[in-house]
Amino acid sequence: MGKAPSPFATKIPYEKKDLKIVGSNPTSRGDAVDKVTGRARYASDITLPGQLIGRVLRSPHARANILSIDISAAEALPGVKAVVTRDDFPDMAVEHAASGELMVNFRDVTRNMMARENVLYDGHPVAAVAATSDAIARAALKLIKVDYEVLPHVIDVRDAMKPDAPILHEDQFTKGVEPKPTKPSNIAARLESKLGDIEKGFAEADIIIEREFNTKPVHQGYIEPQASVANYTEGGLAEVWTGTQGHFVFRAQIAKLLEMDLSKVKVIPTELGGGFGGKNNVYLEPLAVMLSKKGKRPVKMVMDRDEVFRATGPTSGTNVKVKMGCTKAGRITAAQAELNYQSGAYAGSSLPLATITVFTRYDLENVSVVGHDVTTNRPKVAAYRAPGAPMVAFGVETVVDEMARECGIDPIDFRLLNAAKEGTQTHFGPKLGPIGYIQTLERAKAHAHMKEKLGPNQGRGIATGFWFTLGAETSATVNVGEDGTATLIFGTVDVTGGSRSAFAMIVAEELGIPFEKVRTMSGDTSALGFNFMTAGSRGTAAGSMAAVTATRKAIARMCEIAARKWEVEPDQVVWEDGMARPAGANVGDFAPMSVVELAKEAAWFGGTIAGHAEINVAQGGPGFGTHIVDVEVDRRTGAVKILRYTLIQDAGKAVYPEFIEGQFQGGAVQGIGTALNEEYIYNDKGVLENAGFLDYRIPVASDVPFINTEIVEVPNPDHPYGVRGIGEVPIIPPLPAIANAIHDAIGIRMRDHPMSPPKVLKALKDRMIEDAAAQGTAAE
Amino acid sequence: MAKQHVTTTVNGDAVELLCDPTQTLLDVLRDELDMKGTKEGCGTGDCGACSVVLDDVLVCSCLVLGVEANGKSVETIEGMAEGEDLHPLQRKFIDHIALQCGICTPGLLIASKALLEENPDPTESEIRYWLAGNLCRCTGYHKIIEAVQDAAAEMRGN
Repeated sequence: MGKAPSPFATKIPYEKKDLKIVGSNPTSRGDAVDKVTGRARYASDITLPGQLIGRVLRSPHARANILSIDISAAEALPGVKAVVTRDDFPDMAVEHAASGELMVNFRDVTRNMMARENVLYDGHPVAAVAATSDAIARAALKLIKVDYEVLPHVIDVRDAMKPDAPILHEDQFTKGVEPKPTKPSNIAARLESKLGDIEKGFAEADIIIEREFNTKPVHQGYIEPQASVANYTEGGLAEVWTGTQGHFVFRAQIAKLLEMDLSKVKVIPTELGGGFGGKNNVYLEPLAVMLSKKGKRPVKMVMDRDEVFRATGPTSGTNVKVKMGCTKAGRITAAQAELNYQSGAYAGSSLPLATITVFTRYDLENVSVVGHDVTTNRPKVAAYRAPGAPMVAFGVETVVDEMARECGIDPIDFRLLNAAKEGTQTHFGPKLGPIGYIQTLERAKAHAHMKEKLGPNQGRGIATGFWFTLGAETSATVNVGEDGTATLIFGTVDVTGGSRSAFAMIVAEELGIPFEKVRTMSGDTSALGFNFMTAGSRGTAAGSMAAVTATRKAIARMCEIAARKWEVEPDQVVWEDGMARPAGANVGDFAPMSVVELAKEAAWFGGTIAGHAEINVAQGGPGFGTHIVDVEVDRRTGAVKILRYTLIQDAGKAVYPEFIEGQFQGGAVQGIGTALNEEYIYNDKGVLENAGFLDYRIPVASDVPFINTEIVEVPNPDHPYGVRGIGEVPIIPPLPAIANAIHDAIGIRMRDHPMSPPKVLKALKDRMIEDAAAQGTAAE
Repeated sequence: MAKQHVTTTVNGDAVELLCDPTQTLLDVLRDELDMKGTKEGCGTGDCGACSVVLDDVLVCSCLVLGVEANGKSVETIEGMAEGEDLHPLQRKFIDHIALQCGICTPGLLIASKALLEENPDPTESEIRYWLAGNLCRCTGYHKIIEAVQDAAAEMRGN
């Protein structure tokens, strides 16, 4: 997950206890009223006095050398206050850093933010302008003359791997191959993950199935385009308001790219209008700071939607080969995969995660996975909700479905025969702790959905998913006010509005005060210690570990206040049911003191009540889910309609159950969009042809039914409330579940994504031709 | 280009302003009137985040010019609650967790209100097709549909 596990990482053991607040559904949440009244402030809602508007000039070519850039005419346009190009940014050496679930390399980050020697995709930034109005900024872009030497390009991952493919980076030699290759390649790295003896596994198999799958890049599709406002002031200080999943990581990247001290950069996270991993990377922020520095005024930059599609992270397009073997009795004996993942213009896709998690739903002895990270002339990929996982699940869960049918075993029973459980050796290293995978399968089997009758051209599909819960650096502060109410300042990003409430519930539970007496607020980079990106489903899981740690320190402080008042030792005071109480009868006969009473006396007894936490949360608490989908295929149009959908997932402990249902439903519908419609479409010049919501069609309300959800709770042993990350698992199973359902409906296996009407129609026609030919042959 | 004088009504208040003839109603609301509740998701009428009601017609304000509001009345998200009292749709969106990140919420509320004014008792399918022009990437629409159904029932007095 980008970072090695630290031996000093924090685990807080799970304690089973009666809960008053955690696990209920609060009647209000901290962000909701502002969001329904239009008062919530997103980055593009921030306006500073005297602000300029910044815009980016982007490459119209998929690949070209930049011979020259002439900005003189743009600079001369009245109203233009600053123009920046590659000349305004320092070059960076190779240096890797974690940025969410993916790694970045600063040599490439600076080139992706502003092209240097060459442009490598349609939409690659080549210059940026700040002017007194948007219209002037747009006019100025047209006055910038860029002399390009257009070069051959490559879009498809399989084409990019061919020996005669145009090579994006002459200095890129495939890593992970011995001896070191002598010729440069678009294959940036070769990765492996192995367990047991794969040859022995296949030798033991009665049934072996080998299939190839292809997926197109899909975009996170957040409705809020990237937006940033920067103010660089004379003392060399920069303030940046931005929509981000990790303001501390953004601060680090801005400071690095602009060669500034961390302490001189302050990043203020605004309300975030959707991220899904796509807001883990800087795009506009360093440009806005540099434009503000040169223009000597604040600069606001907001992307147009077509810029979001052309130049911010889609996920990888992939080519995946899966070969699995099982006995007639349905026990998997061998599991092999080759994963070819596009990383876009620069190396570094989600491949490392995909490679180590291909088969982590099954208890397997023999596994062999080889992966290739491949550069192509597309935007550099970004994380997208369980990055890399839906594509491998497409392959694995489809092959598992085929094997189950070959064995004549129900697909849920087949998975139960092979299911991962506590103690299962993963191929990414550790053995699994207590997990709820089997429970999700059993609940699926017993679900009323399974008894619904299917009609002609209708089919049912099952698929399952697994994802990690990331830990990492997390900080928080709890301040107990003089009136006994509490404020939690958190440093993760509340991506969807759920973690803010979950934190408040947990702090209230710890303190023993009502939920309404706790307010939770996001802290900027000057308010707290470093927080890692809110990625890897860690928002609530890791954020609440910091909240609990901080709250327990505030409680220790309150016990100290009571001890001073009672003139006893602090360890003679305990905290129970929201009160400081004498630890035993021998301590003395003191009336318990509530938070309100303690807060009143805090100043006299040494100062205000607060607790803070700066911890590195241990990774753990992986999540598993099982999905059931019913589809109907329209044989005239190839359209696939989702009739029914049910999702069952282990949440560890559902802090805010209705909100979790909402995240489950949202993830499933994103997965449905991936499965049925969404794809990047490039023309033969390497230009993106569907850079808008009309042609890149995400699901709308009329495309989907209600999504049934069930929460399984198998507590995470390393979290005080048993919480697991829940955000990412729901997007993994829909793609294979729908493919399996289509097969159940019409007997055709779809192995090319998306399963859009033209593709399904073609598959139906091909089948008719095959059937007719077979009949003709039979007639002869 | 010379700015045009526009006289309009926004959420019941008389408003006079000067706007560039090329400025969209969305930009006029956000940049000239500093009403940031109406959101821009695409600028091409595909996402519905900028939905407002212009003289009783639900429109994408990114597809309407500011000068077209002259002599007309505009209803935006800022006018939906009456002081502290949230509109039933706003309350039901909160109760049902029909919003997550919230960027699409103002547009969805405006569109839902327009639906219920035209059809106080819509079927699930009618709600889904009416709201098909309002993209939401977080919720999967499930809880939005439930919130609209519940608000409709309350507004009918059930």
